[in-house]
Amino acid sequence: MKLLNVLASAAILAGLCSGANADKKLVIDGSSTILPVAQAAAEKYMDKTPGITLTVKGGGSGIGVASLQDSTCDIANSSRPIKGSEIAIALTKGVDPKATVIALDGIAVVVNPSNEVSALTKKQVRGIFNGSISDWAQVGGAAGKIVVVSRDTSSGTYEAFGALALMGDKMRPDAMLQAASQAVATTVSKTPGGIGYTGIGYISDVVKAVTIEGVACKKENVWNNTYPYSRPLFMYTNGKPQGEAKKFIDFVLSAEGQSIVEEQGFVPLRKLK
Amino acid sequence: MGLTDKIYKYIFMIIAFSSFVFLLGIITVLFTEGLPVFSFTSVINFIFGKSWYPTAVPPEFGIFPVILGSLIVTLGAMILAVPVGIGSALYIHEIAGEKQKMFLKPIVELLGAVPSIIYGFFGMVVVAPFVQNLFKIPTGQCAFTGALILGVMAIPVVCSIAEDALSVVPKSYREASYALGANRWQTLWKVIMPAAGSGISTSVILGISRVMGETMTVLLVTGGAAMIPGSIFDPVRPMTSTIAAEMGEAAVGGSHYHALFAIGLVLFLVTMVMNIVAEYIGRKYRIKLGLDV
Amino acid sequence: MKTRADINQRLGFVMLIVCIIIALLALSSLIYFIASNGIRAFSWTFFTDIPRKSMTAGGVGPAIVGTLYLVLGSIVFSLPLGVITAIYLCEYSPKNFTLNLIRMSINNLAGVPSVVFGLFGLAVFVKLFNLHVSLLSGSLTLGILILPGIISASYEALIAVPQSLREASYALGATQIQTIRKVILPAALPGILTGIILGVGRAAGETAPIMFTAATFYSRSYPSTIMGEVMALPYHIYVLMTEGTNPAKQTMIAYGCALILLILVLAVSAIAIYLRQKQRRKYA
Repeated sequence: MKLLNVLASAAILAGLCSGANADKKLVIDGSSTILPVAQAAAEKYMDKTPGITLTVKGGGSGIGVASLQDSTCDIANSSRPIKGSEIAIALTKGVDPKATVIALDGIAVVVNPSNEVSALTKKQVRGIFNGSISDWAQVGGAAGKIVVVSRDTSSGTYEAFGALALMGDKMRPDAMLQAASQAVATTVSKTPGGIGYTGIGYISDVVKAVTIEGVACKKENVWNNTYPYSRPLFMYTNGKPQGEAKKFIDFVLSAEGQSIVEEQGFVPLRKLK
Repeated sequence: MGLTDKIYKYIFMIIAFSSFVFLLGIITVLFTEGLPVFSFTSVINFIFGKSWYPTAVPPEFGIFPVILGSLIVTLGAMILAVPVGIGSALYIHEIAGEKQKMFLKPIVELLGAVPSIIYGFFGMVVVAPFVQNLFKIPTGQCAFTGALILGVMAIPVVCSIAEDALSVVPKSYREASYALGANRWQTLWKVIMPAAGSGISTSVILGISRVMGETMTVLLVTGGAAMIPGSIFDPVRPMTSTIAAEMGEAAVGGSHYHALFAIGLVLFLVTMVMNIVAEYIGRKYRIKLGLDV
Repeated sequence: MKTRADINQRLGFVMLIVCIIIALLALSSLIYFIASNGIRAFSWTFFTDIPRKSMTAGGVGPAIVGTLYLVLGSIVFSLPLGVITAIYLCEYSPKNFTLNLIRMSINNLAGVPSVVFGLFGLAVFVKLFNLHVSLLSGSLTLGILILPGIISASYEALIAVPQSLREASYALGATQIQTIRKVILPAALPGILTGIILGVGRAAGETAPIMFTAATFYSRSYPSTIMGEVMALPYHIYVLMTEGTNPAKQTMIAYGCALILLILVLAVSAIAIYLRQKQRRKYA
């Protein structure tokens, strides 16, 4: 009877093995900032294009880059430029990362809606996130502990924010590290004294985005470069995009793809009619 | 023994060694992938360093806050699990009737069978907001909530092993105690429990081991700040959640990758030592009472 | 007359009752919250449909199937290994050193944290054997995780088989292997089945081992090959709660997944209890 069980299971497995994957596959991994865009675009793309299966993963730009280096994904979403050291590692593994800018983003600094503070200067933001400012009273709000919510180290947003806002300072050690931008937004929305940073597409009515040096985080201000924490969003491929990857990236760059970008709350590369 | 039997015996023996092979494999992998981190940092700096900034340039690999995070939630969890677990074991052993036992033992087992992701999820969406409102603290995702949920997860471990330990105490101990005029409580507290002492300490040690190794719960509930906590209501980041959260982005072969495996090595060594100690006490105890293993 | 000892006894027993009530309360509040919220997500589409609209609608069909396949794979891998190991330990009664070595390995394997299994699976199956992140890697990793449980349950079942059955078989001239196959194994079956069932429950709920070896965030199709990634229920709950882009709707989906897992665990425990009763009655 045990033999029968084993045989039956083996047969099922054999069936699984031989189930020839008639569908072509495209694996997209990386930035959780780009994730909503990639997800929505993948769904639309699969609706339009039969015979291909797109798998989308998130977790952070660092994960996407590592995946590209190990050739376990076809497209790596990254919300920060790839580092020189990462390119070097990739080259040793036979991978030549090439970037395509697919959208623009403004890193929004968000606080809890109940917070009186609506405007911060760059210096204040730097102080809050590097640990030198710890009380809301120091930046013009009601007294209370500032609870800093950050992305974790695999995040491109973390790296980009570190460069643009922290100017290279280290993130304060008591910052709560979250795995994705949505988690940051949700945590800030539930924490009266919370402050965090997310991609522009994650601003919703559960959090309040503060103005930086008087400039609001809006797509117009990203286009005309007045918002200080603006940045491009990339899709990296091994070499210039080819084949299925090229078709998908072209889709994302097309008018339809860019309107998906806008729907998700991010900033398309150019004004759409 | 015929020839076919001998052949089968040797085939089976080779297959039975697979457990040993796997254990050896795990140890080997942890050492070969973890030790290289010590070319980037010394052992002292690794274990006692206070800064965990693995992606900075240059990277800093101090896991002291991470170890402390594990220790604090474990301690908090055991503060809950030990009294409740042992108390429940005593209840089941002493007070519960046959009918109650048939009902209670499966319930305790069920508590232990619930997957950790469900505990973590429950902790995140129900318990953390509740704790945040109750104690008026900045955030409910902190060491306290982690300890609370982990404590509940450890109760079944402590309870079932303690209950086992209590049930092997010979009847003669109890009868002698009654003969001397003690009541049920005095017998329970001063005679049976001490007699089962080794078994009960085994249950505590295994509970600690289980809690230290818990990943999904702490990932969702403890807040994820790799810092030395100032209070029980501060967020922390135990060893397990550090590994799980950062493994995806660590490029294979890089220093971050090795650092995470090194944390895994520390975690494995700690839990293995505890398991060995628990097993040693467990076997010694049973031998002491003259029972077959 | 109430003596001090009587009062202490009263107090003591009350404390014990409090302890067991705390345990009961914890379990019931967990079940209550998950069940009452999760049931709202349940529908035929929830079980059979693929995730739609950025995972805010549709169902979790691929995750359910992925979990099923992972569990099946882990059992296929660990069952033969586990049962044969138990047979070896029980029937062939090896010398002390071998017995202790294997027993020590099993006990230590049982205590390894699940995230360490994940690391092992990543380093060995995904990277070294080059199996990539796939159903196969995940099943192998989970298989090692549940192996100690299968071995223990099978061993308990085998030694519970009365010696008289073995002696009768040998007296009739059977070889050892014939005795094992035709007499002992069938008699130990309920116990072995208990081990399998408990292994199923464990493997279905584990997240850390499959995080880096098998699981993916979003996949439109049902798994069709063992070399591809799969969605899985526990991992789905995790990603919805941490990387999800629409918490309001996705928390509900996560509750639904949690309820499915909870029902699975309840069913598994119930079956295990039933099998144990059956085993006990057989040899009472």
